[in-house]
Amino acid sequence: MDFSIASILALDGATNGAVYALLALATVLVFAVTRVIFIPQGEFVAFGALTLALFQTGKVPGTVWFLLVLAALGAVADVVDGLRHSQSAARIAKRVAGTAGYPLLISLVCIWAAPQNFSLLVQALLTLALVTPFGGLIYRLAYQSLADATVLVLLIVSVGVHFALTGLGLFFFGAEGFRNPSFWDARFSAGPLALSGQAVIIFLASLALIVALWLFFERSLYGKALRATAVNRLGARLMGISSDSAGKLTFTMAAFIGALSGLLIGPTTTVFYDSGFLIGLKGFVAAVFAGLSSYPQALLGALAVGMLESFGSFWASSFKEVIVFGSIVPVLLWRSLRDPHTEEH
Amino acid sequence: MNWTRFGFPAFAAFMLVLPALPLPDFWITQLNSIGLYAIVSLGLVLLTGVAGLTSFGQAAFVGVGAYTAAFLSTKLGISPWFTLFVGVGLSVVVALVLGAITLRMSGHYLPLATIAWGLTIYYTISNMEFLGKYDGILGVPPITLGGLSLGSGRGIYVLIWLAALAAAWCVTNLLDSRPGRAIRSLKEGTTMAEAMGVSTFRYKVVVFVIAAVLASISGWLFAHFQRTVNPSPFGIHRGIEYLFIAVLGGVGHVWGAFVGAGVVKIIEDELQTLLPKLIGTSGNFEIIVFGIVLVLVLKYAPNGLWPFVTRFLPAKRRVNDWKNAEALPARDKPVRGDLLLDVNAVRKEFGGLVAVNDVSFQIRAGDIVGLIGPNGAGKSTTFNLITGVLPLTRGQVSFRGQPIAGLSSRQIAERGMSRTFQHVKMIPEMTVLENVALGGHLRSSSGTLKAMLRLDRAEERRIYAEAEKQLARIGMVELMHEQAGNLALGPQRLMEIARALCTDPALLLLDEPAAGLRHKEKQALADVLRQLKGEGMSLLLVEHDMDFVMGLTDRIVVMEFGTRLIEGTPEEVQASPAVRAAYLGTEH
Repeated sequence: MDFSIASILALDGATNGAVYALLALATVLVFAVTRVIFIPQGEFVAFGALTLALFQTGKVPGTVWFLLVLAALGAVADVVDGLRHSQSAARIAKRVAGTAGYPLLISLVCIWAAPQNFSLLVQALLTLALVTPFGGLIYRLAYQSLADATVLVLLIVSVGVHFALTGLGLFFFGAEGFRNPSFWDARFSAGPLALSGQAVIIFLASLALIVALWLFFERSLYGKALRATAVNRLGARLMGISSDSAGKLTFTMAAFIGALSGLLIGPTTTVFYDSGFLIGLKGFVAAVFAGLSSYPQALLGALAVGMLESFGSFWASSFKEVIVFGSIVPVLLWRSLRDPHTEEH
Repeated sequence: MNWTRFGFPAFAAFMLVLPALPLPDFWITQLNSIGLYAIVSLGLVLLTGVAGLTSFGQAAFVGVGAYTAAFLSTKLGISPWFTLFVGVGLSVVVALVLGAITLRMSGHYLPLATIAWGLTIYYTISNMEFLGKYDGILGVPPITLGGLSLGSGRGIYVLIWLAALAAAWCVTNLLDSRPGRAIRSLKEGTTMAEAMGVSTFRYKVVVFVIAAVLASISGWLFAHFQRTVNPSPFGIHRGIEYLFIAVLGGVGHVWGAFVGAGVVKIIEDELQTLLPKLIGTSGNFEIIVFGIVLVLVLKYAPNGLWPFVTRFLPAKRRVNDWKNAEALPARDKPVRGDLLLDVNAVRKEFGGLVAVNDVSFQIRAGDIVGLIGPNGAGKSTTFNLITGVLPLTRGQVSFRGQPIAGLSSRQIAERGMSRTFQHVKMIPEMTVLENVALGGHLRSSSGTLKAMLRLDRAEERRIYAEAEKQLARIGMVELMHEQAGNLALGPQRLMEIARALCTDPALLLLDEPAAGLRHKEKQALADVLRQLKGEGMSLLLVEHDMDFVMGLTDRIVVMEFGTRLIEGTPEEVQASPAVRAAYLGTEH
């Protein structure tokens, strides 16, 4: 291998690493606030990429019907919950509107917009607007009533959610894979390095999101409320921070980040309904690298995973997954030696 | 009829004569698959339900067993009876490595490591030239037994179900044994188990290894049942399915694994034909149902299906077979008046906060010493420093003339110091007797293998005799078959004392034994403690309740703000203006 190949591989690794970094941040965020190890994070990636691909063909994406089904279930859950606590009809109606109102609205917009052949950017924005509400609805349906369960139970729930979402993904999107057009076709070359416009967009978007997250957690009251919930759920609740809405907000952010990652990665690879699992798990390896707790370490871990993958596929292409996922074992060894007494129950 | 005694043999006999009946081949094949699933799920019952750990990588262990069998018997012509041991050996090595790395950390690192392991092994198998890549290995020979080929569905059926039933028998035996009690204590955190002398790390590894071995055996049977192997049944999704089986059947119940395996296998087949017809295209749509059912089960029936079966069965009651059992070995007791515990200038700093500031005191054999002080005085911290639950910042503690500072709570327990907890720590689903028997852990030695084969009964009888004796000592013998979780707080605290006594301690440390007790219960407790003192036991108690302490102790150490305020007899302490000021404030 000479320097030019190495630099191409490094650039490739960094580009993928930037996307994994987003997913790793989402994983750390969700775990910190809700203690949920969110295996289905990658599903949002596939949903994002496939939704945009279907908008491109001028069809109404399956995500719309999927979202409507989830919203309907969420509304039913609200009504049942409201009746059980004998809430007034007005209050129940308000809760139902809160759960299902936005999903219904954005679905109608998407049904109208799909055949109009809007520009790629508009369709990308619609995709984000459509996939983001999945987060809150999934939290409402699968996790909310189990919020006080152990990490282990929540992890098994995550696995169940992953199963259901993958199967439903197949139902709503079909088995066909799609590759999205690039957002920016420009190419910049510097010596042997060829930087594509899409890579530039990936870097910029990742950077922007990281800065936005930092500002959110450091500067906004909502961000501080989430941090408080992460430190002590009961204490935060006593200060008037609803752990339900903290959970919903966190999952909404996770869905947004997932959908954005899907848009970013869509033009670089063919995405199928079940591609999200492996992509998400790579973000996950990075999050484990960070002990599921540190954002900067998650970032470093993600870049390392990206590099490992690109160099791994150069040396032993059929074993690149083995290399990436096998690397978690030495990482865990390192963590256990560094910090052997983190037992918690 | 005694269901618990005859239920298992009856079920075993029924399952084993089934192939002799004119049952269609389809159902024999189904039952073979159910048996194979159940063997793997049994491991998860132990791991997830009993020990509170989990693994998504069991399918990968199945794969190790299956590929080892297929490769060695097809390519190298080695006898299947030998490849079984190779496959099991490989699984043990992998489980030991993964366990050693992750089990010292928080509980969720093991499942994460097993996800990675499951993916790694799947992609490795799928890309190995000599393992046939995605096509796998064809033409695996049947198992032969004394010239008899077990190639047919009915032939291998007997072997699969013998293995499944034997595994269920071993796991049932294990759960009702010395290592079994240790394993059942893992879910409740490590502090109590370690204080009873259980190496929690060791037993976590043991459970993980057992689960891996069961999976590997299932894989070996699978290879010779299917007569071909390819990577797809060993992927991460099948690993999740095994967990689903265990959770659905009733995680924590041995027979839940069988119920879960049966229900899942039959429903899976139905869904695989029904759903594509409904939807109009083919695909793995059954995972939608599995995913949703998994979430619903955890929400509405976290104990799975098995409890719905046991509801109609009479409760199991332990038969008293330890009447004439020999007593457990006892340690030499210190002579009354000997220096027992010497706490010398111990100090604990949490960052900048000095929680315990160079505290010293001594306990002589046969004394009851009280450690009192206002809230936040550092009593419990001192207590945890002595028992090794917290590491010392500085200072020396010696117990019976030997330094014990820096030892773990397990090592200190081995030297004859036993304790109770401020917040009762027990295993709620075990009976009072079994909880107390956990205290006998260090006085017995039966290992996991011995327990699985039920060769530990003589020692078990001795442990239960001792546990009953200690319960009788504190007047709780009539409650011994009650579930510990059903007791009121008072009896629970007494049970903790019996458990500590069961370790045959030279010094007993009680952390706020009277906290939260009603007046009558306090009197009963005081009577028990006086009786123990009368029998020569030495005690250190941390307490809040003044009346309780004053009437009971020989000497009292008073702490305030992490320092020792005064030490003396109850009368001296009561007369001390400094103590009065500490509790009530001073006049200005």
